[in-house]
Amino acid sequence: MAYDKFTVLRSTAVPLPIENIDTDQIIPARFLKATERVGFGDNLFRDWRYNSDNTPKQDFVLNNPTYSGKILVGGKNFGSGSSREHAAWAIYDYGFRCVVSSFFADIFKGNSLNIGVLPVQVSPEFLEKIFTAIHSDPRTELEVNLQEQTITLVPTGEKESFDINSYKKNNMLNGFDDIDYLLSLKPDIEAFAEAKEF
Amino acid sequence: MSSTLFDKVWDSHVIRKIEGGPDVVFIDRHLIHEVTSPVAFLGLKSRGVKVLYPERTFATADHNTPTINQHLPVQDPLSANQLKALESNTAEYGISHWGLGHQKNGIVHVVGPEYGITQPGATIVCGDSHTSTHGAFGAIAFGIGTSEVEMVLASQCIMQPKPKKMRINVTGKLGKGVTPKDVALFIISQLTTSGATGYFVEYAGEVFENMTMEGRMTVCNLSIEMGARGGMIAPDETTINYVRGREFSPKGEAWEKAEAYYRTLKTDEGAVFDKEYTFDGSAIEPMITYGTNPGMGIGISNDIPDAEQVEGGVATYEKSLDYMGFHEGDHMIGKPVDYVFVGSCTNGRIEDFRAFASLVKGRHKADNVTAWLVPGSHIVESQIKEEGILDILTEAGFTLRQPGCSACLAMNDDKVPAGKYAVSTSNRNFEGRQGPGARTMLASPLVAAAAAVTGVVTDPRTLLTEEYA
Repeated sequence: MAYDKFTVLRSTAVPLPIENIDTDQIIPARFLKATERVGFGDNLFRDWRYNSDNTPKQDFVLNNPTYSGKILVGGKNFGSGSSREHAAWAIYDYGFRCVVSSFFADIFKGNSLNIGVLPVQVSPEFLEKIFTAIHSDPRTELEVNLQEQTITLVPTGEKESFDINSYKKNNMLNGFDDIDYLLSLKPDIEAFAEAKEF
Repeated sequence: MSSTLFDKVWDSHVIRKIEGGPDVVFIDRHLIHEVTSPVAFLGLKSRGVKVLYPERTFATADHNTPTINQHLPVQDPLSANQLKALESNTAEYGISHWGLGHQKNGIVHVVGPEYGITQPGATIVCGDSHTSTHGAFGAIAFGIGTSEVEMVLASQCIMQPKPKKMRINVTGKLGKGVTPKDVALFIISQLTTSGATGYFVEYAGEVFENMTMEGRMTVCNLSIEMGARGGMIAPDETTINYVRGREFSPKGEAWEKAEAYYRTLKTDEGAVFDKEYTFDGSAIEPMITYGTNPGMGIGISNDIPDAEQVEGGVATYEKSLDYMGFHEGDHMIGKPVDYVFVGSCTNGRIEDFRAFASLVKGRHKADNVTAWLVPGSHIVESQIKEEGILDILTEAGFTLRQPGCSACLAMNDDKVPAGKYAVSTSNRNFEGRQGPGARTMLASPLVAAAAAVTGVVTDPRTLLTEEYA
């Protein structure tokens, strides 16, 4: 599906300094029964966010009004586990447009790029700086500039570059998705399939 | 130039390379199930696009199917709705559908190989991370997201940057009571859950050469748990003998040509990998996990390591042990067990039930244990009956359920209650994976059997008779 263009995002951020956050935590399997892509944000981090009686857990960061923003900052190896794109949908539906971590699981990264959530991989040192800055002042803003491929800690101006392949970057800057491109290759695809022996 | 098995299969499927971007890769087989396909079909509808090659697409219902009374209507309305969506979408687009009640129904990664849909040298994708299973045949197989499911339906292609290559060699012979699951859990414990991220893995060495296809599937299935896109093993006689004669396998002259091609699928002498590891298979013990990711595993006779000994943040480690109700330095042997689950795309094959039965034979299920034994398909279910395994299980106090993903991810009714301990042959021990608050210890079918008859975590080697080495 086509999605909103991503150019520059300046926002406060929500810190989740836990490593190996798997997609079962981001959206537990029992919430994958929908047949449409709506409402997944309500169950984002469901079991970390709510008690079994559905009351909010006060010590979880999404329930703490001190922290808010369109950027989620997670620990190393964010999005491991299941290939469920619902995890990226839940993050998007909740209102995040960017996830920052020092390392992302492959499929999660691909899923995010495909739906308009930008995964920004920073060095472990810069990730630590971001967590420290947000914890000392929750109003700390981050600025993510996709064109320049930089992320900046706004109060201090400290900046780091991040990688993204040029094709995906172009798609995100313009809000394009892959299917239009693939459909334009249809004659090539059909010729390939025709010639294919095995 | 020397190339790897992975290069040979990948490069022969690239339709276009995009400068600074991904490759456009042709997909031979697309497997779909009820959970990750409905939104993809909605996308197709809103674009007004057809499925390009419905005959290359295969659908089965597995993730939230019940494992008892499958002849009755599905009770959970959301599950029923999702199963119905798969049925109507596949009917609308002319895709074969092995729904609940169909003789070919079962877990997508179990039935694909059983019917010969999985073939050496093929590219196979599915909206499920354990698609890596099919790499056991020397195929490139990996999990994709729903946007990509839509892409493959529309164009039979995927856009992915070519992964880096890793080879993992396991040499020597496995010890008594050590199974393919233990080999995989051992490798993941060494590499961690992110150790192979960005790589496609080839498994090589004596241990894999001597492994059955079922065992190879278990190992490749778990590749994703160390972050790899997929794992693969070069086809050999074992592979060819498995594939020959299956329903969707090539026949007659086509088979002769295919077989000749399969035999070319191996890494050339001198081919270079981006990373390579070698482990001694004879040093691997039966494994068990103590934490909340598959990398947190140890030999069953070992103690839970201290935070200083493990990679990663102390806070994350402590959170994990706290969830499990375990402590640094605890022995795993003797830990309480409430549930035992044998099944899933990791260990729901006939060999797994043979192993389980070999240990429980002549013993009895412990009273404190609830055991869910769930075959991966109707074929496995029939084999269990035909081979007399069901009689052994029944005599030992166990019952057999009907095929499906079941308690692996607990999308159906098979949920481990909060706080309870499960020894599970499935693939993930994440918080809440087998039900909210459930505590999962991943292990082999033999370790599961030992727990099921003793009621606590037990080293299966102490219970094994000589004939099951």
